Amino acid sequence: MAQVTLDRVRKTYPNGHEAVHPCSVEIPDGELVVLVGPSGCGKSTLLRMIAGLEDITDGALSIGREVVNDRDPADRNIAMVFQNYALYPHMSVAKNMGYGLKNRGASKAEIDTKVQEAARILNLGDYLDRRPSQLSGGQRQRVAMGRAIVRDPELFLFDEPLSNLDAKLRNQMRIEIRALQQRLGVTSVYVTHDQVEAMTMADRIIVLNGGRVEQIGTPTEIYEHPASTFVAGFMGAPPMNLMQAHIADGVLTLGEETHLPFAAPAVATDSVLVGFRPEDVRLGGDGSMMLHVEIIEELGAHRLLHGKLGGQPFSLSIGKDEVAGLGAQPITLPRDRIHFFHPERGTRI
Amino acid sequence: MADITQSGDVFSATPVRRRPRIKLRHIGDHAILVAGALLMVFPIVLVLMTTSFEDADIVKNGLQFGFEGQMLENFEAAMFEASGFTKTITGTRMLMNSMILGLGFAIGKIVISMMAAYAIVYFRLRFATFAFWIIFTTLLLPLEVRILPSYEAIQSMGLANTYTGLIVPLIASATGTFFFRQFFRSIPEELVEAARIDGAGPVKFFIDILVPLSRTMIAAIFIIMFVYGWNQYLWPTLITTDEGMFTLVRGIKQIVQVLSQTGAMIPEYGKALALSLIAMIPPVLIVIFFQSWFVKGLTESDK
Repeated sequence: MAQVTLDRVRKTYPNGHEAVHPCSVEIPDGELVVLVGPSGCGKSTLLRMIAGLEDITDGALSIGREVVNDRDPADRNIAMVFQNYALYPHMSVAKNMGYGLKNRGASKAEIDTKVQEAARILNLGDYLDRRPSQLSGGQRQRVAMGRAIVRDPELFLFDEPLSNLDAKLRNQMRIEIRALQQRLGVTSVYVTHDQVEAMTMADRIIVLNGGRVEQIGTPTEIYEHPASTFVAGFMGAPPMNLMQAHIADGVLTLGEETHLPFAAPAVATDSVLVGFRPEDVRLGGDGSMMLHVEIIEELGAHRLLHGKLGGQPFSLSIGKDEVAGLGAQPITLPRDRIHFFHPERGTRI
Repeated sequence: MADITQSGDVFSATPVRRRPRIKLRHIGDHAILVAGALLMVFPIVLVLMTTSFEDADIVKNGLQFGFEGQMLENFEAAMFEASGFTKTITGTRMLMNSMILGLGFAIGKIVISMMAAYAIVYFRLRFATFAFWIIFTTLLLPLEVRILPSYEAIQSMGLANTYTGLIVPLIASATGTFFFRQFFRSIPEELVEAARIDGAGPVKFFIDILVPLSRTMIAAIFIIMFVYGWNQYLWPTLITTDEGMFTLVRGIKQIVQVLSQTGAMIPEYGKALALSLIAMIPPVLIVIFFQSWFVKGLTESDK
């Protein structure tokens, strides 16, 4: 177990493409950090740099206070779980889990004990002699976890480990992985593009966009105080409503004549981006704010109304017991949960 | 008619028992297959029957139908009787030589082409693609094109009439390299990375992961190459002048030729025909035993 420090770590490919802009993070011992972002944002590259599968162009990476930039993956004392499991198809489950130990020169008895222990933790005891092809997706995922556990690493790395599983199994494995990580107390870095996974599993989330760190924070911080419009739009489903509002004499206006009942923030620009979480907005009100509902999405537990507010797209989430039809509906905007962003830079104001 | 009753049955609860019917079309198909099989087997049967005749009969009447009493003698002579100018070569010896050539050829080709493909696919070599295409274009050049320079090189190294000289010049394989390259490229990248994290270096990865994964592929290529090596004629003819080094395929001709040239006796056709039957057996056995592997290697991807 160890603390992991990234000090201005950067990745530039030979063709000049900057995949990861200088990134500094400190991950304390035992924490699970989720790297999240859309595809191509550099999250996998960053993880692979920590693993040692990609060279680090610049900056220092330390695991347990030792700089490991130039160490081979095998010498970093890490374990990695891959998206497609990457199990060795010709080896039994036990051999798959023990292969790393065997290469380190561990004795047969030691390998056996550790594999048995991991199998017990993961409920794989009955499958040790099977080949990966004889296992289900969830079981394969567990074997991949087992392979990571037996190495007794200082750091777990997960590269979208759940994206090949179906939705139900994904939810189940999500909880299992989180429980296991907490039980073992191993520092972990977890890459995903799924913001639900990020929110539910993380101690802290690092949101990446275009190779840059947009925000680092706990799930609540990220959700309640997104640092940019990107984070606001990426985290949360459905995404935050972001609308262009004009400022004239301290009054905020959406479109032509929809005045917002809040004071404008003190900014130098004459417009601002205003954000509301769909679940913070309530249906009903005095009629000063009318949402023109165009589509209703039924989700069982709740319902999503999509429409236009002041000529701009707007979504609203309501409980399953609330009744709403198409057409103009009065709504109430929350007074205490408004997010303002800079109109050009997209940064939080 | 049948269609109408069938569509009615779809809705009825009781299943309709169908009699297994022999369709006319199937009879036709099978007739063609059987005729084809007979056509292929016929020459071999004819040869087998002829080996039971005396050489004099064969010279007089050509290939024979029916069975005479000479078969055992002919086969025995083919296997154990020394022949040739120097009377040093027996059928057993030739069979062994052929076996060494076939196995050396096949195994050598597999080892060399696997390693070449490994280098091309997994190492960041500067001219890997270029090297691959160079290897690949040699597919266009059959052995016959380079046979004189090859002979010259082997001869000057003093490797004529050795197994090394017989096998080594033939084992570079563009086909094998190409097959293994395609196969290695289909192995997911994550497997390599998982192995790196598990501390498997290049050699360990090759031996522990790649070779076992390639085993069906190896079997398929082994079959093709063994048969190909076994049937080599031109190169062994050039490089082996010592009769003790003759392979079966080369030796058969020698038997007929030598005896007819000495002229004192009738050519030993019975023996030669027996030998050609013996020459057919190992490749056939290999194909029969490895057939399922062969099909697997070419179709299945167990990754």
